[in-house]
Amino acid sequence: MTATSATQLRSPLYLTKLTTRDLDVFYGDKQALFSVNLDIRKNQVTSLIGPSGCGKSTFLRCLNRMNDVIESCRVEGKITLDGEDIYREGIDVVQLRARIGMVFQKPNPFPKSIYENVAYGARIHGLAASRPELDEIVTSSLQRAGLFEEVKDRLEEPGTGLSGGQQQRLCIARAIAVQPDVILMDEPCSALDPIATARIEELMEELRENYTIVIVTHSMQQAARVSQRTAFFHLGIVVEEGETPQIFTDPKDPRTRDYITGRFG
Amino acid sequence: MTEGSLHTSDAAARKLRKRYAAERRFRLYGACAIGLAMGALVLLLVTIAWRGVPAFFGHEVTIDVDLDAALIDPEGTGDPEVLGRADYSGLVKQALRAEFPDAQGRREKRRLYALISNGAAYALRDQVLADRTVVGTTFRVRVPLSADADIYFKGGVDAASAEGDRRLNDDQIRWLDRWAALGKVENRFARRFFVGGDSREPELAGIYGALVGSLWTLAVTLLLSFPLGVAAAVYLEEFAPTNRLTDFVEVNINNLAAVPSIVFGLLGLAVFLNFLELPRSAPLVGGMVLALMTLPTVIIASRSAIMAVPPSIREAALGVGASPLQVVSHHVLPLALPGILTGTIIGMARALGETAPLLMIGMVAFIVDVPEGPTSPATVLPVQIFLWADSPERAFVAKTSGAILVLLTFLVAMNLVAVVLRSRFERRW
Repeated sequence: MTATSATQLRSPLYLTKLTTRDLDVFYGDKQALFSVNLDIRKNQVTSLIGPSGCGKSTFLRCLNRMNDVIESCRVEGKITLDGEDIYREGIDVVQLRARIGMVFQKPNPFPKSIYENVAYGARIHGLAASRPELDEIVTSSLQRAGLFEEVKDRLEEPGTGLSGGQQQRLCIARAIAVQPDVILMDEPCSALDPIATARIEELMEELRENYTIVIVTHSMQQAARVSQRTAFFHLGIVVEEGETPQIFTDPKDPRTRDYITGRFG
Repeated sequence: MTEGSLHTSDAAARKLRKRYAAERRFRLYGACAIGLAMGALVLLLVTIAWRGVPAFFGHEVTIDVDLDAALIDPEGTGDPEVLGRADYSGLVKQALRAEFPDAQGRREKRRLYALISNGAAYALRDQVLADRTVVGTTFRVRVPLSADADIYFKGGVDAASAEGDRRLNDDQIRWLDRWAALGKVENRFARRFFVGGDSREPELAGIYGALVGSLWTLAVTLLLSFPLGVAAAVYLEEFAPTNRLTDFVEVNINNLAAVPSIVFGLLGLAVFLNFLELPRSAPLVGGMVLALMTLPTVIIASRSAIMAVPPSIREAALGVGASPLQVVSHHVLPLALPGILTGTIIGMARALGETAPLLMIGMVAFIVDVPEGPTSPATVLPVQIFLWADSPERAFVAKTSGAILVLLTFLVAMNLVAVVLRSRFERRW
């Protein structure tokens, strides 16, 4: 199964995958993000934590320009993916979203078969030249999402018939079938029970090898478990960002300390 | 009386009883309303069926016609053209005179001939042309009775009333009774009604022409309003920016849905007939006018079906890198299709029942021929009903109700298709 993607060399030095510089986001007159500067490192899991409405999801949706769909939304500043400004004129948003996949808060499989759900992205991007190749992509994506064993006998059944946890893993399989560089996850476990959550957290650890992952979460335990770096958002600004153990054991900012100790949030 | 808590005191129990009584009253009102509506519907259907079903049957009489070869085909060529030109009407009249020799004077003879439909001669000719060997024999043929005679056998003439008050005089009734006594009169299913065009003779008039006209008109309506409506709905829902202009368009689409249909007819008259000089009375123009009328309905139904597709599906598709057009064509439209089709079929059903705008563009003409295409002159079912209801002959009363039954059957069938489509393709997410 390693045939489908080149395994990255694990170098002790990190590489920066995504950077944001002076990122301001407005919804109409209301400013949601204030001058956010953040580096997302390659092959790491970066957690975005913070109270509701602090701008974590807004930030995440800027990274693959999902905010373009919202008419009142205005983005200023600079976001680069591998050094390329993704908001510059002439960037192909469709191609960008193929490079930066996304998993949503609520599992949202297409009302099609399990196979079609996974095959869809690969098909529209022309990643498979033949049916056997497409089968291979579907199988390996489901395997990497840890779902293959559970659904291998019923690939033609609707994806909406799976349980919540399985649906979310199906969505992850759908995202990785496109072979993106980055996977954005917007509270992927908020609708799942602890067992399904544990399964997806394991998965993130495995996926990190090939992908860069950014996850928004409300669970600080989850952030501590799965991520290497954590950014704490509050009222639209990044209060503190750093190594996850440092953020949770030795926060520099009093607001971070208050939040992680449960004083507010 | 024990001391109750706040919710078990007498006052609370009284309030509770009042609440239950109010609920019972409300249910009763609802049941009454439904009962009334159902009653009215049943009454309507029963009356129409009662009047309309006799139109599907017609009385026919068996007569023996002497097919004299010297009259039909004097040279014995057997040429269909010669056979077709013969005076079959005269032969039928001759047969009638032979049957009732007591009809002597000119007036009396004419009364005798009036018992048989004008279509009898054509029926005879068709049979002779189908089988030439009958020429020269005495041929037994079944011919339709005239509308007045048919009504007599259907119980519509009171023989006891004064002779001057009825359409049939005593002699005519005597002749008809003779036929009936000899067992020559039969009430048969009238195929003519379903396969024939319109006619001035009620017993010959059929709705097939109007039916075909309706189908051509609906085909034009569907071909125009469905693609235009769906495209407009997709654009407005998925692509158009929200600004003054789109708000204005939206308000106007909603207004157009409420415009009386005759206004669309006037528009069609002014634009399609007078300005574009398209053919009058044609299903093409009728379909275009009805498409204008149906378009807002299709757009509104399609928009709400598209709006009902959850945004999470769009996000999922955008998230894997689908282009906006792919999001629409691969995900949104397939999911919205049942709703769109339901709305379209309901719009089509409304178009099928529409009369007023078609009167404006001349589809109200008396047309005997079954239309051959979208540009040949035609009428449609509801206009045919209007025309027949307007005719003075009594036999058209049954025809009118019969045509209404056919129209209602089509409407119910179309709505049934809408229901089936909706339940078959409805998806849950």
